[in-house]
Amino acid sequence: MASQPSLTRRNLLGAAAFTAAVTGFPFISRGRAAEAGPIKIGILHSLSGTMAISETTLKDVMLMLIEAQNKKGGVLGRKLEPVVVDPASNWPLFAEKARQLISVDKVSAVFGCWTSVSRKSVLPVFEELNNILFYPVQYEGEESSKNVFYTGAAPNQQAIPAVDYLMSEEKVKRWVLAGTDYVYPRTTNKILEAYLKLKGVAPEDIMINYTPFGHSDWQNIVADIKKFGSAGKKTAVVSTINGDANVPFYKELGNQGIKATDIPVVAFSVGEEELAGIDTKPLVGHLAAWNYFESVNTPANRAFIKEWHDFTKNPKRTTNDPMEAHYIGFNMWLKAVQKAGTADPAKVIDAMIGVAVPNLTGGIATMMPNHHLTKPVLIGEIKADGQFNVVWQTPGTVVAQAWSPYLEGSKDLAADWLPPLSCGNYNVATGKCGGASK
Amino acid sequence: MNRFATSLCLVLVLAGALALGLLDLLPPAGSPWHVSPYVVSLAGKYLCYAMLALSVDLVWGFAGILSLGHAAFFAMGGYAMGMYLMRQIGTRGVYGNAVLPDFMVFLNWKALPWYWHGFDNPMFAGLMVMAVPGVVALVFGWLAFRSRVTGVYLSIITQALTYALQLAFFRNDMGFGGNNGLTDFKDLLGYPVAARTTQVGLLWASAAALALALLVCRGIVSSRFGRVLVAVRDAESRTRFLGYRPESYMLFVWVISAIIAGIGGALYVPQVGIINPSEFAPANSIEAVVWVAVGGRGTLVGAVLGAILVSAGKTFLTGALPEIWLFALGALFIVVTLFLPRGIVGLFRRRRALSPLPGPEPAE
Amino acid sequence: MRLLRMLLVLLAVGFAMPLAAEEDPFAGLASQSFDEVSAAVGTLAASGNPRAAAVIGAMRNDALYADDDGNLYIQSGDDWLEARTGKKAADVDADSLSEVRINNAVRRAIAAAMGGIDLFSPEAAVRAHAAQAVFDAHDPAALPALQKAVAAEKNAAVLRTLKQAEAAVILATPDSTDADRLSAIAVLRARGDIQARARLADLTGASPAVAAAARDAMTALDREQQMWGLAQSVFYGLSLGSVLLLAAAGLAITFGVMGVINMAHGEMVMLGAYTTYVVQGLMRDIAPGLMGWSLPLAVPLAFLVSGAVGVVIERGLIRFLYGRPLETLLATWGLSLILQQAVRSIFGASNRDVTTPDWMSGAAQWGGLTITWNRLVIIIFAALVIAALMAALRWTSLGLSMRAVTQNRRMAAAMGIRTPWIDALTFGLGSGVAGIAGVALSQIDNVSPNLGQGYIIDSFMVVVFGGVGNLWGTVVSALTLGIVNKFLEPVAGAVLGKIVVLVLLILFIQRRPRGMFPLKGRAAEA
Repeated sequence: MASQPSLTRRNLLGAAAFTAAVTGFPFISRGRAAEAGPIKIGILHSLSGTMAISETTLKDVMLMLIEAQNKKGGVLGRKLEPVVVDPASNWPLFAEKARQLISVDKVSAVFGCWTSVSRKSVLPVFEELNNILFYPVQYEGEESSKNVFYTGAAPNQQAIPAVDYLMSEEKVKRWVLAGTDYVYPRTTNKILEAYLKLKGVAPEDIMINYTPFGHSDWQNIVADIKKFGSAGKKTAVVSTINGDANVPFYKELGNQGIKATDIPVVAFSVGEEELAGIDTKPLVGHLAAWNYFESVNTPANRAFIKEWHDFTKNPKRTTNDPMEAHYIGFNMWLKAVQKAGTADPAKVIDAMIGVAVPNLTGGIATMMPNHHLTKPVLIGEIKADGQFNVVWQTPGTVVAQAWSPYLEGSKDLAADWLPPLSCGNYNVATGKCGGASK
Repeated sequence: MNRFATSLCLVLVLAGALALGLLDLLPPAGSPWHVSPYVVSLAGKYLCYAMLALSVDLVWGFAGILSLGHAAFFAMGGYAMGMYLMRQIGTRGVYGNAVLPDFMVFLNWKALPWYWHGFDNPMFAGLMVMAVPGVVALVFGWLAFRSRVTGVYLSIITQALTYALQLAFFRNDMGFGGNNGLTDFKDLLGYPVAARTTQVGLLWASAAALALALLVCRGIVSSRFGRVLVAVRDAESRTRFLGYRPESYMLFVWVISAIIAGIGGALYVPQVGIINPSEFAPANSIEAVVWVAVGGRGTLVGAVLGAILVSAGKTFLTGALPEIWLFALGALFIVVTLFLPRGIVGLFRRRRALSPLPGPEPAE
Repeated sequence: MRLLRMLLVLLAVGFAMPLAAEEDPFAGLASQSFDEVSAAVGTLAASGNPRAAAVIGAMRNDALYADDDGNLYIQSGDDWLEARTGKKAADVDADSLSEVRINNAVRRAIAAAMGGIDLFSPEAAVRAHAAQAVFDAHDPAALPALQKAVAAEKNAAVLRTLKQAEAAVILATPDSTDADRLSAIAVLRARGDIQARARLADLTGASPAVAAAARDAMTALDREQQMWGLAQSVFYGLSLGSVLLLAAAGLAITFGVMGVINMAHGEMVMLGAYTTYVVQGLMRDIAPGLMGWSLPLAVPLAFLVSGAVGVVIERGLIRFLYGRPLETLLATWGLSLILQQAVRSIFGASNRDVTTPDWMSGAAQWGGLTITWNRLVIIIFAALVIAALMAALRWTSLGLSMRAVTQNRRMAAAMGIRTPWIDALTFGLGSGVAGIAGVALSQIDNVSPNLGQGYIIDSFMVVVFGGVGNLWGTVVSALTLGIVNKFLEPVAGAVLGKIVVLVLLILFIQRRPRGMFPLKGRAAEA
């Protein structure tokens, strides 16, 4: 047991340390909001931990967009000031940092999050403090919050067109739905399963497989896929495998000799950034469905890529779909701020709906009343240089369905944030706005 | 442990929390005395972490059991609370289902799994907050201590335990919401969770729980029981030869410690608004050990201090130095071990009076 | 398949009969419609045009370009060749050209076209590949060409594949005779893999005798497949086990032998993987021809890099913490955060591309067993690393000193061994071995700052399960965990399988609190 310490000094210092720790927090605050100073924009992307791989790039692209806008004089005559924090791939820390950005740094909007759980974690904070989150990643849908603008794809803007493509162009009859065991793949696969059955695919022609996060040993799963695909009918894999597990998955595919001409794999979470870590030669012809590819040859995209290379001083840095989502989201926010004449989040939220800005693939993105975007859907095949060759795209843009009509629980729900409804989950059947997300 | 230091810590925790809460509620928003709700939520979170650290210190500092899986008990308490909060949502979920939580509707579940029953009752949920970690700890500890698993072996299997639980809770088929966990809480005992008064109330509850836990721990370690415990830590075989049954002593503190961690987790969840399987991550448990080591192992006060200081440092650094904060945090750990082997509390002890407190690893 | 049929019929008749002379065999290649491009590939291949093979080959390699007027060019280094003539094209404006677009359908048309041509290639490997393509397509129209190829074939292996292709085609032909079908079934039965089974399963409209023969063959194949499946699971298990073994081998030294709870162990592995990345990057610039040697070169370098970092860590940090194992846990945890962030700052947060040399790509088929080369190489590599490690500990004087110091430090010091120096070298050795593991892991996993984090828990489990301080225990434990995991996975699924393994591990430790092979005697008390 401890012997007698010198009491007085320790107590005094301990007391001081404790009080400083608990009460001395206002010292973090970096300035007060003022209508004359710069407009602050929060960037809430993980810079360390498991998600840093994907999210660091989004922080960089936001810094680039803000810098470019400041060169043009900012907005409303005020400069923009980015506030970068690191939520470190830790979900409760996301909520804490969101609160810090809004209530301490007084930002006017936040661009951030990648995983669904990080979005779910910050959602109550944004609703409570009535601020704006731009969420740039494709996700499972089934959500529409007044305070979130979903600039990534909903399932009907990615998964369903991809399956349609495989059915019509590749004549696929047998399906492997492989995913990481979390909400996005679960939901997407549920939707796809319902959709495939609707299209007359027999249940025994659908194989569903879930793996844990960061799964690195794919030997028997790939062998199973191969076996499943050797039953005579044309087979394809629909992959909702999450970031980290993809590299070993594709390496195993390449090594076991599954060629795209035999069993094509279409992925919803694999973009240019992920492919940068893989030798793509054995993967030529496998597919991905996105709303943007770096290889899209439009003047806007060429300019964007050039700006990105200049900003990062790295002519090899790739661009990808979530980056385009931030590009669109940021430009929409600028337009809405101009429209509202203020950066006050409460007013900007109302001004956002209906704002239309050009996307990078030659079309127009419009913010719909359900807080989702209109997007073109592109199917690309992997090329040997790690880029995608766009082999198909929707003729126009597709309007996002926040609530999937293929899921039992949500087929009657609709989101419309325009008055008089102003509801994220309006039940068409009962005519009521469900829940408390009003 | 020195009674005075513990009492002082106790008073500081209670007074600090009381002052913060009042300064949040009473002065108007513009006043220089006003404390923002952000600080209140941070302080509440730190106090919950402090409870976790305290529970780690109780077993590590006094019984020599280095648990690298204590966050599992914290998370279990958190999940029990989360299940209660989910049931309180009722028809206010996005799908408006009165019984099933949103994520179950979403995945086409038809009925509530059996283990969700009863959680709509706050008394039952409160009991489970303590019972679930307690029972798991009892079973695990009984198996481990009976067969005299000690030292690193014990540490590694505690890590295996939390890792297995993390993987299990990730599975959507388990019915705990998978990776997204439990979130979107509305009410706690009838009060809206997000309201400032509720948050201040939670802060006060956390402070009170921490104070109570401190008292319990002090009571244990300063009793005759606690002295046997330290004997077990420093020389398990010798204690056994003297006729004691070390495993019973270890099992008792192990379960108490798990319950304290569980309560910490239960108070943590409504304050951060989410519980998800990453709380089971082995890294979280290691972090809890780090708090104790930074504060000073085997001192109780040190654990509280370490948890609060390291968490506050993390909060500050992830905002102020987002790109390089890991360097600072990593360096802190190294500096503390090299230059403050007895943690921060050790700084305030007279050098000569040092006892072999965070003694050598238990030798057989 | 229509294409292939047309093609093979033409080939069978003797393949130099041009189509109607007016029709341009190159028409449609530059079309925007994939259907038209596919058709054009077939037409071109069937046209017998002497440039057909070159142009289609260029398409396959993404080297065929078209300008706005439909003129085709082949990119050859910095030069442009006229596709129709093969002559060098003068003053081509590269900016006005666009690549001829292909997708999987076109790729299949190319493969079919090349397959038809390749069946008669002078190279045996190319012919074998083409025969397999015909097997996969099993188009009845290919029969005449196949029979012609069978008659001409001298190479036994290629001949076997050709005959299997012939059998597949016969089964797919509606009007083939029962005798032909029965012998075809026998050929497929002998081939014995799942593709052969798929051909049998597809058989329809056969007489009862043939159908019965097919059923019997399938039952036999299924039985064989089950046996092979068992062997395959063992291979998967060995492969996973060898990965675990590599990851844990270094830890078996630093933690097992020295007792340092080294939480930065995973980062040593990561440093090894990044060394591989850097070596490959340098070789790509300096000696691109030697890329196949990049891994053998990376192994010693990774050992040196990680080993040197290990020595620095031991001298700078861990030596102050001996006898306080739990403080080392804390300090090395801090160190691992720093190393991760350092790598993230230097190389960026995203994954780095480490290429797999050709000799490690692909798979070999051995009966019903698919052996991927990279996995096989890693299994052998793990065995070599462990053998080298054991030899070093047993037969070198350094190994002798290491064992002496761990068994009785004071006695060893009294015998004149410089124990601090030995500590540093031992830690360096363990770290270096971790670095070597990084080279192997770079072949199957992400090369990212988080690489090490994914293996640290597993590594500790392996060492503890085997019994701390016992290298053999580590070997047995890694292989056991690998194989158990791979046998559980098909039954329980990947997630549940892993959970079951962890629970079994916990229960096992309760039964044998010091692992499978506990140290006996004095060392165990230390």
